[in-house]
Amino acid sequence: MDALDLARWQFGVTTVYHFLFVPLTIGLGVFVAGLQTAWYRTGKAHYLSLTKFFGKLFLINFAMGVVTGIVQEFQFGMNWSEYSTFVGDVFGAPLALEALLAFFLESTFLGLWIFGWDRLPKRIHLAAIWAAVIGSNLSAYFILAANAWMKHPVGYEVVNGRARMNDLWAVLTNSTALAQIPHVVAAAFVVAGGFVLAVSGYRILRERGVGLTGRPVTGAGSAIDGDTTVPLRRRTDMWRTSLRGALVMTALAGVVVAGTGDLSGQLLREQQPMKLAAAEGLTRDTDGAPFSLVPGVEVPGMLSLLAAHDPGATVQGVDDIQRRYEQQFGPADYTPNLPVVFWSFRVMIGFGMATVGLSVLGLWLTRKRRGRAGGRRTRNLGGTGAGSAGVGNGAAPPVPSWFARACVLALPLPTAAIIAGWLLSEIGRQPWTVQGELLTAASVSPGVSLTEVAISLSVFTVLYGVLALAEAVLMVRHVKAGPEQPPATPDHAIAAADPDAVRRTPTLMY
Amino acid sequence: MTTFWFIVIAFLWTGYFVLEGFDFGVGALLPLLSRSEADRRQVIGTIGPVWDGNEVWVITAIGAMFAAFPAWYSGLLSTFYLPMFLIVVGLIVRGVGLEWRGKVRSGAERALCDAGIVTGSVLTAFLWGAVFGNLLYDTALATVLGGLLSLSVAILHGAVFVTLKTSGPVRARARNAALAAAAVAVPVGIIALPSVPGSAMDVPSWSTSPWLWACALLAMAALTAGVALVWRRREGWAFTATASSIGLTTAALFGALWPAPLPGLTLAEAASAPYTLTMLTWIGLIALPGVLAYQAWTYWVFRKRLTADISAH
Ligand code: HDD
Ligand code: HEM
Ligand code: HEM
Repeated sequence: MDALDLARWQFGVTTVYHFLFVPLTIGLGVFVAGLQTAWYRTGKAHYLSLTKFFGKLFLINFAMGVVTGIVQEFQFGMNWSEYSTFVGDVFGAPLALEALLAFFLESTFLGLWIFGWDRLPKRIHLAAIWAAVIGSNLSAYFILAANAWMKHPVGYEVVNGRARMNDLWAVLTNSTALAQIPHVVAAAFVVAGGFVLAVSGYRILRERGVGLTGRPVTGAGSAIDGDTTVPLRRRTDMWRTSLRGALVMTALAGVVVAGTGDLSGQLLREQQPMKLAAAEGLTRDTDGAPFSLVPGVEVPGMLSLLAAHDPGATVQGVDDIQRRYEQQFGPADYTPNLPVVFWSFRVMIGFGMATVGLSVLGLWLTRKRRGRAGGRRTRNLGGTGAGSAGVGNGAAPPVPSWFARACVLALPLPTAAIIAGWLLSEIGRQPWTVQGELLTAASVSPGVSLTEVAISLSVFTVLYGVLALAEAVLMVRHVKAGPEQPPATPDHAIAAADPDAVRRTPTLMY
Repeated sequence: MTTFWFIVIAFLWTGYFVLEGFDFGVGALLPLLSRSEADRRQVIGTIGPVWDGNEVWVITAIGAMFAAFPAWYSGLLSTFYLPMFLIVVGLIVRGVGLEWRGKVRSGAERALCDAGIVTGSVLTAFLWGAVFGNLLYDTALATVLGGLLSLSVAILHGAVFVTLKTSGPVRARARNAALAAAAVAVPVGIIALPSVPGSAMDVPSWSTSPWLWACALLAMAALTAGVALVWRRREGWAFTATASSIGLTTAALFGALWPAPLPGLTLAEAASAPYTLTMLTWIGLIALPGVLAYQAWTYWVFRKRLTADISAH
């Protein structure tokens, strides 16, 4: 164990952690902005309730995206000073642009949105949230362009042992970046879609008075014991709206993710053959390479088909690439951790596409059917209250309870998929930080001691653990309470700060 | 180009210290200015809409250092590994404290958020001063003085900001807090500020670098004037004075770091290639006015004083 290993662990832990929150910020922000737009254009109150409800979840999560991002910005200099000095000329530019063009936009306009409910005209207030979410998406663009450069460096030359940019446009339109950016952003929409599905599914079940297990539940926030003045059907319909919105978002994003993933696979074959070979566990250069779904189950020619759109194409294998790299770069181990890369690839595709599949199924189940009033009756195991939610709903059938339950259970899938994708991408690149140019071992800060990294790594790990727990508690509580709940503690008499669905007050924060 | 980008970076740091300076001060003073939850909301409400935007100044400053002077960026952050680590931790606990305090349920949880805000603000404000003090003179004394100066001036600046943005008892308490902070800030400033230009040259003298001395002395003058203006209840002018004092101090500091921002490293060696700097210049020239305009607009939108009433909406 030396400082390098700990620095790698620290980078992995902090970056993956940052990326637990970022996709939700990207996708949910757009979803909330969409809801508010719907409210602005139709004036229907339930859109406002949904905006505020999901807006608060968005903000709880946003806080974590911000504070963990700061760590990233400092970390390159703190732990990877050799790397930073080598690539700063090229790599620093997108980072500086990200701060200047994206983060300012995002944080300033989000402040305006949170506090501007009763101070800005409706139209400007709506524009504020759109400006903020455009900022988030721009930030993804710049950081991913930087990350893509590490996989496929372009637009530079090495002078005096430092990379020197000679074409900014090439860096910003790197082929790898152009495949990766829509892939990651669309994946973020899948994550956010899965999140909204789970929350809506949960609320639907709760307001029907059935729990996850199908047994009737009572308790705060469930419609049975709660507020009987709210017509049950209208409230369930509200969650149907958000559920449908998320289904559409997830299914569309799924198409983009699959298309750009395919594109990334083809680029891997040319640009990062080792990663591709590792993802498949292919040891030798092979014509018409097969794809194994799990070890032992192979589809002949499939890998070649995926990677080159030609079932007979040659795909390079790990051992042969290792041999060629030794000739090219000198003796060393150029092979990444094979099992991790292999399994990450399968978890990404399997879990991620399962979520997309769920959304397609949901779209079919909740489609409008012409000429059939009432729709299909809910098959509801618990029974209580479900009937009233189901009948007489015109052409729009109710969301089946079993489907709502599946949405809740699917919550972890897209997040697991997106993290697995990053493990594939980053661990598959090892031992390089910049493919073909700079080794990870040569990137680390020489002056930083083992003890120093050990301290920071352990504090970050503990702090992050505590914060993750706190965020989960806050979110679960908020989802359980639902919108339009009266304040729970007397303390709130002064505060009344919970998003109050109808009053337009700056209540989302503080 | 190198000089120009050094000035840009100095400008970004100046913006950061002036703007986050009062955020840190307000955060540090939170428990001292409040007697009730309504008071605390009022105090935090003064920075609520703007602190995150202010924080981006440092992210941009660091990003610009990375892009324009990679060796400076990596040298500074890896040399001061532990302080930088603590600064990041401070920013984390402050940030989640600020964003979550309105979303938690019980008083105890809110108290935890407040603790995060106070610790984060005090720690970070002190450490930035300590790091830069240490950069000028590699001694324990310089480190401590630098930290004390930045912390006490931030508290003064924050207290003045609160007097400007609130009314009622909170405002009165903030005035007292400003005067108390001045009792530390002014003496420390009088000792520390004149030594800033001295570090830049072998023989500190007026003639070698007059404008550096001018900045340092004007910073002292502005600090003292700020205190006098608080005393005379001219809050708007007092805030202008403390802001100028911070700005001038930062200018003197970066003047002293030029042309060797780290021991053994010159800017010329640290700089990126002319192509990169030219590209960044064009983009910066186009984008920065826009950023300044919408940030200024935010302050305009939230220009009203907060009363206990309004903030407790
Ligand atoms: C919900 C998440 C999700 C889903 C469903 C998919 N991916 Fe993915 N994938 C990611 C989330 C992700 C990611 C986490 O966002 C990565 C990591 C780095 C990157 O650029 O995107 C990624 C990287 C990534 C890479 C590596 C790119 C590189 O390192 O240069 C490839 C080849 C694919 N993906 C291919 C696919 C294919 C063929 C998919 C299915 C049809 C697929 N992905 C679905
Ligand atoms: C611009 C964006 C990114 C850059 C510049 C970057 C850079 C790096 C660097 C320098 C390393 C080498 C250190 C090491 O081997 O551990 C690394 C590894 C790693 N990165 Fe990235 N990364 C980026 C984005 C991400 C994201 C978003 C994630 C995941 C959410 C991620 C996950 C990882 C992981 C897990 C490792 C550990 C690999 C290992 O230790 O074997 N990276 N990355
Ligand atoms: C490892 C390299 C990364 C660095 C240096 C980095 C830097 C940062 C910083 C400094 C923030 C806080 C901004 C603020 O205070 O407002 C942040 C937040 C964020 N980052 Fe990252 N990030 C990295 C990876 C990523 C990736 C790979 C993505 C997207 C695909 C991403 C997208 C975002 C988003 C959307 C936020 C949300 C909150 C916000 O900007 O305020 N980041 N990041």
